[in-house]
Amino acid sequence: MEKTEKLSFIVTHMLEIFTYSFMVRAFIAGIVIGCIAPLIGTFLVARRFSLIADTLGHISLAGIAIGLLLNINPIITALIASILVAILVDRIRHNKYISGETALAMLLSGGLALAIVLIGLARGFNVDLFSYLFGSITTVTDTDLLFIIPLGILVVITVAVFYKQFLSIAFDEEGAQVSGVKVNFLNILLMVLTAVAVSLSIRIIGSLLIGALLVIPVTTASQVARSFKQSLILSIFFSLISVIAGLFASFYLNLPAGGAIVLISLIIFSFVYLVKNT
Amino acid sequence: MHNELEHKDHPLVCLHEISFGYGEQAVLEDIDLHVEKGEYLGLLGPNGSGKSTLLKIILGLLTPEKGKVELFGKPINKFSNWHKIGYIPQKATQIESRFPITVKEVVSINARSQTKVAEALERVGMLSFSSNLVHELSGGQQQRVFIAKALAGDPQLLLLDEPTVGIDANSQKDFYSLLDTLHKSGLTIVLVSHDTEDIVREVNRIVCVNKRLVCHVTPKEFVAGNYYDKLYGEDRKTIIHRHSHA
Repeated sequence: MEKTEKLSFIVTHMLEIFTYSFMVRAFIAGIVIGCIAPLIGTFLVARRFSLIADTLGHISLAGIAIGLLLNINPIITALIASILVAILVDRIRHNKYISGETALAMLLSGGLALAIVLIGLARGFNVDLFSYLFGSITTVTDTDLLFIIPLGILVVITVAVFYKQFLSIAFDEEGAQVSGVKVNFLNILLMVLTAVAVSLSIRIIGSLLIGALLVIPVTTASQVARSFKQSLILSIFFSLISVIAGLFASFYLNLPAGGAIVLISLIIFSFVYLVKNT
Repeated sequence: MHNELEHKDHPLVCLHEISFGYGEQAVLEDIDLHVEKGEYLGLLGPNGSGKSTLLKIILGLLTPEKGKVELFGKPINKFSNWHKIGYIPQKATQIESRFPITVKEVVSINARSQTKVAEALERVGMLSFSSNLVHELSGGQQQRVFIAKALAGDPQLLLLDEPTVGIDANSQKDFYSLLDTLHKSGLTIVLVSHDTEDIVREVNRIVCVNKRLVCHVTPKEFVAGNYYDKLYGEDRKTIIHRHSHA
């Protein structure tokens, strides 16, 4: 009886989190991000493009600074900036004078540098910059959800529609081109989807840690999955656990959400890796 | 259907005066080549002779500076039946080496139905490996899976670029035996290789390329005409020893 009461107290206390509307918004955004980040991340990791997520994360920070300067919703400017750079990244991949990886490293630093300069120029920013860098549970607004939910659904539908073609390109880009797959269009589409996933994740994860949510759950899933499809599903599962547990930890332990989510995803990876390899 | 009949007597591949270069450096000059239906053609040449470039021009992956390419009787820019061509590049996959993807998933990429997947895997003797992860297979088994992927699209022409690189001798033997079976079942094959001995033994026509077209002959004519020395120098020799395939 005493045990039941104790359990009931814990559950009630845990559910208290949902009486705060900002936490409900954070959970809705978190669940959407928790689904789309590994969905896109699976194709990025399979193609060895993991660095692209980090680069776009840094570029999105510059987009946020532009939004704050121009007094526009920073998610919109981050989205525009990262989509433009995502298309540029795809073009650079085919440039024979600079290697793709070097170009990504340059863009990554360039994005952060531009963000710092813009933030320095507008010293009057009345915002918590820390939350954009590392994520926060209190900053998701109703307006943000109006972007995050429909765009998240659009990302899921797009991946479902083009799943076979994305897989074909990930496996063998030349072979896909020969068999009639619109490789150029789909490469740009994947980059744009990455930009969307990154921009939508800023509020919760923060621009400096976004890359981790696109890569770590996918790497964890690939340790145990027995097919590509299974890897995709497991990566979403691991990602959702990380996001939900991270949001709880952030609320109750007063931690930055992004840091908590990424650390939990790393703990899950370490556990899965050790169980698999020992 | 009308188009199919209209073009049925044309060669599957017709290259006319093809030239290609990377910047100032000429890679191919004035190449004329036909691949007829039912041929098993070996494309030979030393490293850097332009073999892979020629294959990529046939596939539309590279555009020649000069000359015309026709596929199944149509100019390449009007050709749309790409499912008629199966292609296995030198590096058949770029996917992260340990990423989980099953044999069935790979073959499904080009297949229109699951029946085609099963048929293709059956033809290469890999049906029982459907659920295996590709990175857990041997080099020879992986090569069979890549062939099954190409076959699942029901091609009439199969192009392979250096398919036996990195495969052990026994698997190579099995691999050539499989290609021979596929050829006998009606598939036209173009095999790019620098391994002269295997090519001379396996194919029924040989094309030698070294920037220009050196020869287009039968294997016997290739040996008799001393084309090997012309391609590679006189200090290496080749021997033809036919073996029966299982």
